[in-house]
Amino acid sequence: MQSVHIMSAYDEELKFLSKRIAAMGGHAERMVEQAVAALVNADHGLAQKVIQDDLVLDEGQREIDDRAIVIIARRQPMATDLREIVGAIRISADIERVGDLGKNVAKRVASVDGRQPNSLFRGLEALANLALTQLKEVLDVYASRSVDRIGFVRDRDDQIDAMYTSLFRELLTYMMEDPRNITPCTHLLFCAKNIERIGDHATNIAETIYYIVTGDQMPADRPKSDKTDKVVLPGMAPVK
Amino acid sequence: MAEASAEQNGTGQALAARLWRSRWLLAIGAVAILGVYFFAGASIYVPLLALAVLAAVTMLPVDAERQSANDAAAIEASGLQRLSGEYLAAAVADPLIIFDQSANIVHANAAAFAAFGGLAPGMSLSLKFRAPEMQALLDGILAGEVASDAVDYTEKLPVERTYRVSASTVGHATGLYVLVFKDQSETRRIDRMRADFIANASHELRTPLASIAGFIETLRGPARNDPAARDQFLQIMQNQTGRMARLIDDLLSLSRLEMKPYLRPGTEVDLRQTIDSVIDSLAPLANENGVVIERDFADGPLVVPGDRDELFQVFENLLENACKYGQSGGHVTVSIAGGEGGREEGVDVTIRDFGPGIAEEHIPRITERFYRVDVESSRTQKGTGLGLSIVKHILTRHNARLSIRSEVGKGAAFTVHLPAR
Repeated sequence: MQSVHIMSAYDEELKFLSKRIAAMGGHAERMVEQAVAALVNADHGLAQKVIQDDLVLDEGQREIDDRAIVIIARRQPMATDLREIVGAIRISADIERVGDLGKNVAKRVASVDGRQPNSLFRGLEALANLALTQLKEVLDVYASRSVDRIGFVRDRDDQIDAMYTSLFRELLTYMMEDPRNITPCTHLLFCAKNIERIGDHATNIAETIYYIVTGDQMPADRPKSDKTDKVVLPGMAPVK
Repeated sequence: MAEASAEQNGTGQALAARLWRSRWLLAIGAVAILGVYFFAGASIYVPLLALAVLAAVTMLPVDAERQSANDAAAIEASGLQRLSGEYLAAAVADPLIIFDQSANIVHANAAAFAAFGGLAPGMSLSLKFRAPEMQALLDGILAGEVASDAVDYTEKLPVERTYRVSASTVGHATGLYVLVFKDQSETRRIDRMRADFIANASHELRTPLASIAGFIETLRGPARNDPAARDQFLQIMQNQTGRMARLIDDLLSLSRLEMKPYLRPGTEVDLRQTIDSVIDSLAPLANENGVVIERDFADGPLVVPGDRDELFQVFENLLENACKYGQSGGHVTVSIAGGEGGREEGVDVTIRDFGPGIAEEHIPRITERFYRVDVESSRTQKGTGLGLSIVKHILTRHNARLSIRSEVGKGAAFTVHLPAR
C-alpha cells in the first residue's frame, strides 16, 4: 500500500483484502492447472479434488465481500481507497468465476474418454497455458501495481481467441468424421470455451487493476478476434 | 563519540515527545484521582497509591521506548554486521528473500531478481507467491507456529521450475525472516523428459519403423529376386532411417532446452553477425530450392541479451522453413529493425517468404509439437514437426515473442521480437 493512514487498523484492513485476493488468485491458478492436467491425463481422482477445491474460492469471495462492505461502512473511504475496495470486490468475483470454469472443466473429465486424438489435448493444453500465463501476469501486476505492463494482457487475449477458433474448427472436423465422436468432442468444446472465458476474466481483472491504480478506465479498443461465430465446415454451408 | 551523544539527544527527544503526547492523559488521571480523594474522603494513602501507579504506567512505555532506541543504536553501531548481511545474501547462489513481520520484502539477492523478476523492497510476498502451499508456508512462519519450515513449490509458467523453499526466522526477535529457494527443476525435468521422450518418440518413430519392417518383409519374400525393386526399397528404407535419426536429434535438442532452467544473464549477441552466419550456412539449401535470400538490415548496433547458439538455431529453423515451404515464391527476405519506433525497446527480426502461406486456422497452433499443416509436404521436406516448437521454446527463455502473419497465397512472415532488457 502506497499511502499510510492515521488509523493503522485501516491499513491492515486494506492489506487483508489484497492478501486474500492474492490467495484466491493462487488457488484459482492451481485449480485451472489441475483441471486441465486431469482432462489431458484422464485422471478422475484429480478432477474430484478440483471440484471440491472450488468451495475455498466461494468462501473467499464471500469473505472479501463482507469485509469490503464493513470497511466502506466504517471508514467512508475516498479516492484510491474506495477504488481499491470496489476493485477488490470485482476482482474476487472474477476469480471466483475462473474457479467455477476450472471446476466445470474438471466435471467433464468423466465424460471425455481418452480415445481422442493426441493433437486435440495438446491444443487444449496450449490454450490453457496461454490463459494461465495471462492470469499469472495479471495477478503479478496486481502485486507490483506496474500498470505499464498491462498492454501485453490484451495482446495475449487475441492469441487465445485465435487458438480457440482453431480448436473449434478441429473439433467440428472430428465430429463430422464420426458421429461417435460427438459426445466427447462436445464436452471438449465446452472445456475449450471455458478456458477461453478464463482469459476474458483475466482481461477484466487487468482492466480493474488499471482503474484502481490510475483512476481512469482503460481505453476501450478491444478488437475481438473470436471468429467461431463464423466457422462453418465445407459441405455444411448454412441452409438458406 | 559524536554518534553516542547524538543517540542520547535522540533518546531525550523521544522521551519528551512521549510525555507531550500523553499530557492530556496524565492531567486527566491526576484530576480524577484528586477528585476521588476530595469527594470520597478516603484515607490519604489511597490517592497516593493511585498517583504512584499512574506514574509507573507512564514510565512503562518510556522504558520500552528506551529499549527500542537502544536496539536501534545497536544496529546502527554494528554497521559492519548489516553490511555483511547484504553481502552474504549476494554471495548465496540460490534465490534468497528477506522479509518482515507483515510479509513485505526487505531485501532480495541478485539470484532472486534473476529468477522471479518484478521484486521490489516493500512489495508483499504473499501477493507475489500465490500458490496455496506458499501461502501456508508464509502464514505458518509469520504466526510463529514454527521456527523453520520447507515446502516444494512449482512454477508452471512461463518455464516450468521446481523449488524446495525453506523459510526460517532470522536471529532472535529481529522481526525478520528469510526464504531460500533451492532449484530442483533439473531433477524433475530429467524425470519428465524421460517420460515425454518415450511417449513422443514411441509414437513418432513407429510410423517409419513400420514402413521399414514392411519393406524388409517384402525384400525377403516377393521381391527377393527383383534387383530393380530391391534398389528402390532400400532407398525408401534409407530415407526412413534418415527421418528417424533427424527426429531423435530434434527430440534430444528440445529435451536439452527444457533441461536448462533459465537464461544466464550477462551474455549478449550481435544479431547482425549471427543472422549473417545463418544465411551463409543455409546458402546451399536455398540454392538447391532455387530461392534467393535478400537482406534488409537496419543501421546501428543490433545487440540483444541472449545465447548465441540458441538464437542461431531459432533463425536457422525459421529460415530453413521459409526456404522449404516458401520455395514457390522464389525469394525470402530477412529484415532486422531496431525497435525505437515501436511500442517497446528491442529488435524485430522478420523472415518473410512468398510461398503458399499458412491458413488462418493453423497459425495459432503451428508451434505445438508434431503439429503439421500438411503431413505429406512436411514428410517430403524432411520435417520432424518439432522445428517451430524448438523456436518457441528458445524464445520463451529469451522473454521474446514470435508473431506470425500470413495470408493464403501471399506467403508468411515470422517476426521475432527480442527485448532489449
